[in-house]
Amino acid sequence: MNRRLGLGVKNGAVVFVLVVFAVSTLAPLLWMIFTSFKPLQDVEGGAIVPKSWHKENYSAVFQQVPFARYYMNSVFIAAWVTFLTCLTSAMGAFAFSRLEWKGRDALFRLYLATMMIPGVVTMIPNYTLMVKLHLLDSYTGLIVPSAFGAFGTFLLRQFMLTIPKALDEAATIDGAGYWNVFLDVVLPLARPGLIALAIFTFLGNYGSFYWPLILIKSESLRTLPVGMMYFDTTYGRQTNLLMAASVMSLLPPILLFLIGQKHLIKGIAFGAVKG
Amino acid sequence: MKANRSQFKAAIAFLAPNFLGFLLFTAGPVLFSLGASFTNTNLQQTLPLRFNGIANYSELVRDKAFWLYLVNTLYMMLGLPFAMFGSLWLAVLLNRKLRGISIFRTLLYLPSFASGVAIMILWKALYNPDFGPINETLRHVFSVLNVHADTPQWLQSTHNMVGLDVEKVGLTPKQFGLGARDALILMGVWIAIGGNNMLLYLAALTNVPEELLEAAQLDGASSWRCFVSVTWPQLAPTTFFILVMSIIGGLQGGFETARVMTTGGPAGTTTTLAYFIYSLAFEQFRIGYASAVAWVLFAFVFVATLVNWRFGNRAANEM
Repeated sequence: MNRRLGLGVKNGAVVFVLVVFAVSTLAPLLWMIFTSFKPLQDVEGGAIVPKSWHKENYSAVFQQVPFARYYMNSVFIAAWVTFLTCLTSAMGAFAFSRLEWKGRDALFRLYLATMMIPGVVTMIPNYTLMVKLHLLDSYTGLIVPSAFGAFGTFLLRQFMLTIPKALDEAATIDGAGYWNVFLDVVLPLARPGLIALAIFTFLGNYGSFYWPLILIKSESLRTLPVGMMYFDTTYGRQTNLLMAASVMSLLPPILLFLIGQKHLIKGIAFGAVKG
Repeated sequence: MKANRSQFKAAIAFLAPNFLGFLLFTAGPVLFSLGASFTNTNLQQTLPLRFNGIANYSELVRDKAFWLYLVNTLYMMLGLPFAMFGSLWLAVLLNRKLRGISIFRTLLYLPSFASGVAIMILWKALYNPDFGPINETLRHVFSVLNVHADTPQWLQSTHNMVGLDVEKVGLTPKQFGLGARDALILMGVWIAIGGNNMLLYLAALTNVPEELLEAAQLDGASSWRCFVSVTWPQLAPTTFFILVMSIIGGLQGGFETARVMTTGGPAGTTTTLAYFIYSLAFEQFRIGYASAVAWVLFAFVFVATLVNWRFGNRAANEM
């Protein structure tokens, strides 16, 4: 009885601390949402919760900047990069995990080694390369250099290593070629890894800032992060509209997170533990 | 033998797109960048391309800005232990079977998940010294407590918690206080505390053997004692991994916040090495010098990685 009571108090303390953490986590986000519905004169000072809800702030964002265009660019680029990364990574991972060939492990170690190189080291030559190829300010330049990742290859290889080899052998005896083994045996079983990689890649590129910032010159190509930054520097005083834009840009990743939470958490644990 | 050859052919086919991308956008650029760091390459001026040996590197050693920005980078990493222990604390709290506890996990994970330009624009507004909600709250608290104090100028101030000088590497009492760097540290802790590191700790906590904890409890150990003597040593490999990864990340950090929130200011106090490289390469187009700074940054990261390789497994085995 006593023990139970003690546990109850302890759990109460735990929940209390968690609530404090949750409130400090949520407070800035709530302020963002409330502010996005306020008229400009109520942003500075005044009540935290809006007196009247100005939904028109959201449509005003679309009138001030080509926000729909930013959205489309971000989603278009992130979707292409995700598709290409998953394809090249899965194929590469297949070669690194299911096929036996000379130099395989040495090359894989080289891939791993490049993962510790800071992004800025390769960013500068890649930029110069885009200048030489006349790919500055183009979708191709925004998509293609990001479509190959050592990380994705690594993650999927680790995943594929856990799939029993006997399955490939059975399929090979049944007369399946490597391409069929890849498509019909390995890929379906590697699906959880692929989903995690797809979500990581999509989100990473949806929020990607550095590469689009240096590559994009014209407004019609701006992605959400780049467009939002210019929105902030040009219309910095319209805090309510900025917050409306922030809320809108955060909605897709939050939705994706809520849908894919289970896969993501597995993927994070997998990447770190096996790494 | 025949099977081997067909496997080799298949491997080439499967690896080709991946490997081409790797050569073109990773391996090639790494070599190019190393080469460029020994030249005077500049995208703007059409100087004759010249190999100038270690000139960039010796310029860097003499460059006062480099040392100041290195200090900034290190200073901004002061938030790492707070974020790490915060993550651990949260993970310990979340590691129990209470109804609805996963809702907390989801909520606390949100900032790190949503982090990016939108969140930085939000914090820029929160930190506004005149009408941002943080200073408004502080003013309210001050008036309730009847304290007469100025609220911090946050992103507009060069002040910092240890009194780093603005002009040179050193300390001065004049700079003591809260300023832009501290604001960025605080935001960083808010973003990171419920993020991936907490998930890693949560996963590690489920691997702590139940018998060990029960044995300690039977011996009459308090829950704090159990944590210090049983749980904490078991978490050592995870802590080590998180620490090294955070240091590696911290050394390369600070670009986005500087570009979006402060443009590296005030007076260069939020310029980290990453932002320094950006501004050298893409604002001044001094590709050669920027590459040299990038390779020095790489050297720091490499040392941290070596420490991880050398001691990471040992820490895991000894504990």
